[in-house]
Amino acid sequence: MYQDKSYFSGLFCGIKSICIGLKTTMREFFTPKITEQYPENRKELKMFDRFRGSLTMPHNEKNEHKCVACGICQMQCPNDSINVVSEMVEVDGKKKKQLVRYEYNLGSCMFCMLCVNACPHDAITFDQSFENAVFDRSKLIKQLNKPGSKVAEKPMPARPAVAKPAAKDAEASVAQAAPDQAKAEKPQPATDEATEAKAEN
Amino acid sequence: MFDFSVISQWLHNLLLSIVPEWAAILIESVLVALVIITLYAVFAIVLIYMERKICGFFQCRLGPNRVGKWGLLQVFADVFKMLQKEIIKMRQTDRFLHDLAPFFVVTASMLTFACLPWNKGAHMIDFNIGIFFILAVSSVGVVGILLAGWGSNSKYPLIGAMRSGAQIISYELSIGLTMLTMICLTGTMQISEIVEQQAAEGWNIFRGHVPALIAFVIYLIAGNAECNRGPFDLPEAESELTAGYHTEYSGMHFGYFYLAEYLNLFIAAGIASTIFLGGWAPLHIAGLDGFNGVMDAIPGIVWFLGKTFFVVFLFMWERWTLPRLRIDNILSLEWKYLMPISMANLVLMALVVAFKLYL
Ligand code: SF4
Ligand code: SF4
Repeated sequence: MYQDKSYFSGLFCGIKSICIGLKTTMREFFTPKITEQYPENRKELKMFDRFRGSLTMPHNEKNEHKCVACGICQMQCPNDSINVVSEMVEVDGKKKKQLVRYEYNLGSCMFCMLCVNACPHDAITFDQSFENAVFDRSKLIKQLNKPGSKVAEKPMPARPAVAKPAAKDAEASVAQAAPDQAKAEKPQPATDEATEAKAEN
Repeated sequence: MFDFSVISQWLHNLLLSIVPEWAAILIESVLVALVIITLYAVFAIVLIYMERKICGFFQCRLGPNRVGKWGLLQVFADVFKMLQKEIIKMRQTDRFLHDLAPFFVVTASMLTFACLPWNKGAHMIDFNIGIFFILAVSSVGVVGILLAGWGSNSKYPLIGAMRSGAQIISYELSIGLTMLTMICLTGTMQISEIVEQQAAEGWNIFRGHVPALIAFVIYLIAGNAECNRGPFDLPEAESELTAGYHTEYSGMHFGYFYLAEYLNLFIAAGIASTIFLGGWAPLHIAGLDGFNGVMDAIPGIVWFLGKTFFVVFLFMWERWTLPRLRIDNILSLEWKYLMPISMANLVLMALVVAFKLYL
């Protein structure tokens, strides 16, 4: 047993470590249990912070997200679960990439989180929803950018403020026009999503 | 304190008034057998439930909680599942021994079970070498285990059975020595007398103080080993030997092993509560008459079951704390540590008794 110790020191060492073990289990016996009784506690169930439920793209209250459609996440994804569809638009005479659809295939995602780590703009993140069961595999392909959303303007770093106001006005009018357009164009997806959400719940 | 022998005497006289004596004794024996079997099944179910719950709690989870309120019906569901299962017959096994083995195990544990003192006057088997009888019949179980391993004609059961044989025979020594220590204190081997004495003079663990306490701890360790339970569960060792000696069993034959394992646990705890904690004897503190009166009002069966389940809890605590030992560790623990300690303890107890140092 304790070849390196003498008989008695080995014995007392053993007794001591058993007592420590017994104390630990006894403490464990009285700690609150970590078991989540899922369907019953669905209302108050809170997953832990680092839980990777499914990929989402947070939007702020003005329906703006942060994705600039660079496609880095798509390149990083080992499973080809992300498809960034973008288009080139001309803003202020400058060509700029703009996100059209951000498709995420939950069915082939392995929750490695490489996409989130790679994104330079923190545009995507994992949420805590895990009730992902659907009846059709095609429903697992989700569009993460909300209809009518657009990329949020970054607060501009200090720049000569002379030429800006005009440009800002122009942009603002575009921004105002865009949501209306989008709303008119796609009322369907929104209701689709709503019904899907109901079905899942 | 309520004396159960009033009831048994009344029943005996009632039977005598209608049938001749041999028939009365026959009827009583059948009744007692039925009671034993029923209690056996009931306690097995209670213990399995308790084990699963307590194991869960020690591992910071809730244990069974879906079948019935708090999972209370889970064990019944398991029992019915087991009853329905087919008892498979395998080629190239020693059929006779294979089928006989579970009955050896169950019979041994039932015989031991019948020795427990349930209440004042409620003993099923009680005679002057009671403790000796318990030691003897509880060892019959190991024959069943060896037969199961041999009769299965399969290597895992055989290895499990050999381990079990080595282990049980070794730990039997510690059990025997601790019991001897306590008999040294009580001066009798008759279970009813041991308990009566403790009811009159205080529990043995208090009377015998230091040596009794050491003996109790050794008994807790060796008792777990006797029941083939963790950390001494290497006859089963599901991670190495699939299920050890009962690998090849199915249905109720497996069920018998399962029942016997839990009942052996209960029996080991029951014997511990009998010889150390006073069996059905209520807790008395000298000088506090009101307190003693209240304690006397609690029926003996409640005392007995309470103490027994307390010891069962200690066994489970031990089981779910320690990892499984290796076979050489198990044997060196017994032969190099427990046995010398219990021998020294026996001498200590003899000195205590000789100089009347007990309380
Ligand atoms: S989510 Fe991030 S990485 Fe992916 S396209 Fe948008 S900005 Fe680029
Ligand atoms: S978590 Fe991994 S697999 Fe899933 S979308 Fe992101 S990069 Fe692809």
